[in-house]
Amino acid sequence: MDVGIVSYGVYIPKYRILPEEIGRVWGKDGAAMGKGLMVEMKSVPGLDEDTVTISVEAARRALKRRPIDPRDIKAIYVGSESHPYAVKPTATIVAEAIQAAPDLTAADLEFACKAGTAGIQALLGLVKAGYIKYGISIGADTSQGAPGNALEYTAAAGGAAYVIGAEGVIAKVNHTVSFTTDTPDFWRREGMKYPSHGERFTGTPAYFKHITGCAKMLMEKAGTTPKDYDYAVFHQPNGKFPVRVAKMLGFEMSQIEKGLWTPKIGNTYSGSMLVGLAAILDEAEPGDRILAVSFGSGAGSDGFDITVTEEMKRYNRSAAPTVKEITSVYKIIDYALYTKFREKIKMEGE
Amino acid sequence: MPVPRYWRYQDQRYNLAGSRCTVCGTVYFPQRPLCPKCHRKSLGKMERVTLSGEGRIISYTVVHDPLSDYEHLSPYIMALIETPEGATLLGQIVDAEPDEVEIGKEVEMVFRKLREEGKSGTIQYGYKFRLKG
Ligand SMILES: [Zn+2]
Repeated sequence: MDVGIVSYGVYIPKYRILPEEIGRVWGKDGAAMGKGLMVEMKSVPGLDEDTVTISVEAARRALKRRPIDPRDIKAIYVGSESHPYAVKPTATIVAEAIQAAPDLTAADLEFACKAGTAGIQALLGLVKAGYIKYGISIGADTSQGAPGNALEYTAAAGGAAYVIGAEGVIAKVNHTVSFTTDTPDFWRREGMKYPSHGERFTGTPAYFKHITGCAKMLMEKAGTTPKDYDYAVFHQPNGKFPVRVAKMLGFEMSQIEKGLWTPKIGNTYSGSMLVGLAAILDEAEPGDRILAVSFGSGAGSDGFDITVTEEMKRYNRSAAPTVKEITSVYKIIDYALYTKFREKIKMEGE
Repeated sequence: MPVPRYWRYQDQRYNLAGSRCTVCGTVYFPQRPLCPKCHRKSLGKMERVTLSGEGRIISYTVVHDPLSDYEHLSPYIMALIETPEGATLLGQIVDAEPDEVEIGKEVEMVFRKLREEGKSGTIQYGYKFRLKG
């Protein structure tokens, strides 16, 4: 039985802020900062947007492309590190908003930036075991960096939803593996607004170790080398890391550029790799093979070896906007409006 | 709006659930137990319909002096929207400046936060609209 992606949808808020503007406020060379991180601009959610609204929009777009009966969706997982409630799931709201409730299971998942891919793995298992017909996994975030912190140049908002099933598979998951360790590279304690990171742990022992470890395990299991893939996509905390990790693994720029979106929208955390994968699926042809590896601090990577199927020809891709179309319409805002949008100012009485 | 009352209107707010009178075919939003045209003949003959979320602006206004719960959104645009199903409804237009909004423009439904009951209360979600294209 072939299991895999049956449909997908992406949502990115319309607003953007430039690194120059963030640097201007903090007396730093923002343009140089953006250049170093390879981030031209980052997305900012509107005042009435959060992880719930982004998740619902992405899921609705996935269902526009593949109008299955929402009552056939028997599981919804939302992976995020910015669920609006500490207690009360995002996934139940999504279930109601796509009319999939009440006959389904739903849960919010948390594993830094890779909870959305952990959800996809769980759904692949449920579908393969015959427990459910379809499931949706969403990776979405409205991430924040503390004002003035380096993370502020990249922390963005957006998300992607993937419908997983065994009927109408447009992209078959041939293999999936994970690489998981206990690494203190990045965390946020309950009740704290902004995350912290262990300077010595970001980069080499975290991102690079887990992604290369996972990708190598995956290619060993699949019996493949980088040359066997038309596309590769990795988690994108900035524009620089995925380019470097691709090179370390032996992938060419031509294999990763279609899925590289952090330079245009910033780091959408749980959405990051999944938005990149969606951009590849927006243009992929039957037979194309894709290697996709996420990363979540704490730390772990989930890897997927994917082949696009003939079903892609019958699939109604144009029923929802592509990543290219979504990101071609935006509005640049200044730091004052950004501060209001991100609620970085305390109002009287708070 | 108190939590229970908001929760009762969830289907309407999340999914644009309206009613169709199966006697005369008229679609209403929000849902109605009886058709005002068919009166008692429509008793038990009203069915739930989900509006498509598409529509056209037939009138709009820019709110500069909102109620305290919505102050942070000021100025915002409220529009009267005619749906292809025939029902009209009132909704906020998001992601647009007042000078971009015009009567006759096509809109589509989006899912947004409507209101937060302070920092510790519930967050209420539902439909708003954005300009198409
Ligand atoms: Zn009637």
